[in-house]
Amino acid sequence: MSLTEEQFTVSLSVNGTTRPVTVPARRLLSDAIRHDLELTGTHVGCEHGVCGACTVLLDGAPVRSCLMFAVQAEGHEITTVEGLADADGRLHPVQEAFRDCHGLQCGFCTPGFLTTIAAALEEYEPGARISEEEAREIVGGNLCRCTGYQNIVKAVGRAQEIRTERAAHTTDDAATPADR
Amino acid sequence: MKPPPFGYAAPSSLEEALAVLAELGHDAKVLAGGQSLIPLLSMRLTAPHTLVDINRIPGLADISVTADGSVVVGALVRHAELLADESARSAHPLLRRATGQVAHPAIRNRGTTCGSVAHADPSGEMTAILAITGGSVQVASAGGGHRDVSAADFFLGPLESSLRPDELALSVRFGAPGERTGSAFLELSRRRGDYAMCGAAVLVTLDEDAAVSDVRAAYLSVGPVPEVHDLSAAVAGQPYASADWVAAGALAASLVEPEGDLHASADYRRRLVAVLTERALPRAAADAVARTQRAASCH
Ligand SMILES: Cc1cc2nc3c(=O)[nH]c(=O)nc-3n(C[C@H](O)[C@H](O)[C@H](O)COP(=O)(O)OP(=O)(O)OC[C@H]3O[C@@H](n4cnc5c(N)ncnc54)[C@H](O)[C@@H]3O)c2cc1C
Ligand code: FES
Ligand code: FES
Repeated sequence: MSLTEEQFTVSLSVNGTTRPVTVPARRLLSDAIRHDLELTGTHVGCEHGVCGACTVLLDGAPVRSCLMFAVQAEGHEITTVEGLADADGRLHPVQEAFRDCHGLQCGFCTPGFLTTIAAALEEYEPGARISEEEAREIVGGNLCRCTGYQNIVKAVGRAQEIRTERAAHTTDDAATPADR
Repeated sequence: MKPPPFGYAAPSSLEEALAVLAELGHDAKVLAGGQSLIPLLSMRLTAPHTLVDINRIPGLADISVTADGSVVVGALVRHAELLADESARSAHPLLRRATGQVAHPAIRNRGTTCGSVAHADPSGEMTAILAITGGSVQVASAGGGHRDVSAADFFLGPLESSLRPDELALSVRFGAPGERTGSAFLELSRRRGDYAMCGAAVLVTLDEDAAVSDVRAAYLSVGPVPEVHDLSAAVAGQPYASADWVAAGALAASLVEPEGDLHASADYRRRLVAVLTERALPRAAADAVARTQRAASCH
């Protein structure tokens, strides 16, 4: 990287915290997240959009962070895998489901699956069932070299069960903060 | 890999963007969704001097359905937005079916329909749909320059369009399916969401007696540009329920000249053209019947 390259100062809003980074235009959002913000939960596999490991949420919708430049992210809200759990450390339903279903082995692909599935769950009301076909469609754009996918597909259904359980729990006890 | 260094302009108005493109000419490249351009940069297959990021320009994200049923898609409409748009979905089922086959949801959230057309990839779904519907691209350049380029004149070769370096595609218009016309879209890829080894978009028009009158097909991944073939000769005049679709598939296979690559040999692609055609045509004919009945019950 040449030191003469023009630098841009960008406010990146990640997991609810806004921080400035100074980067050349060609800095991939994935690299800005990992190197400049030191949030290394977002993984980088192929760097051309195919593997899904780098998936983050841009204003709630999954996108490949390796297919965006950091300079393009100003004004958008980014959520990485570090932002999925509650502030008090309670895991997101999809994280708990991956633990329950043994949805990961080496874990390299996991952050991309978690963000992708977390966004997809929002399209279902708690209580609605996600069919296996739908679960496969949800994770179809992410690659995993270890698990053979079966447990990941199961984890999608399990995550929805956990959301449903938590929603029922919140209605029982109105004092508990609303589920995410 | 990482993209090479480039200059970066993020104009906040159309006029400004067109002025930058006019000034830089061949040195500039438009950045829309980046879902094709950024991989090319990262693989170091292209090294433009300056990227002109159009994402901050207002007014380019509209979808509209014209009086004749064409769907006009602005330059910043993402594939996912087009897919979710109710009016476009009901006006243009073929466009909806094909858009659902473009890549994966995460790519569709960012990639633009217009960028897909501008990229002129003969493996892309949108290029084939633009071609078979007789659509066009609305193009602007600095100083009020404006032209409407038909699909037939737009695609010059693989990843090559007739867009000039100082031009921006403002929108693409997908032509309306005509009366008594049904459509179908089928493709085969190694994994769901991958580029298709072969795909077929077909339109079947029936006459008033439910006999086949016109059959057209456009294919993905079989030629340097999206080709539209007239297959009417194989089935014209036959009642749709007993038409010889296999003959139409064979005719299609004789008209294409696919090339082989890592994903599929030329012979296999030709075979896929025949099979996808013979499967898609009866669906399109049934769709034509259903549409005609619906149109009749509306009067
Ligand atoms: C893993 C993966 C799988 C994919 N699978 C498919 C698939 O199955 N089918 C498919 O069709 N596509 C697929 N794509 C590509 C995707 O559809 C892109 O969205 C699309 O090809 C380009 O749109 P874009 O907005 O991202 O354009 P960009 O990447 O920003 O630009 C692409 C090219 O078009 C030019 N351009 C873009 N917009 C304009 C404009 N308004 N005016 C002038 N020039 C313009 C750019 O200068 C550049 O040369 C895939 C991509 C990935 C990463
Ligand atoms: S690293 Fe971004 S998709 Fe593979
Ligand atoms: S758990 Fe190892 S790649 Fe998915």
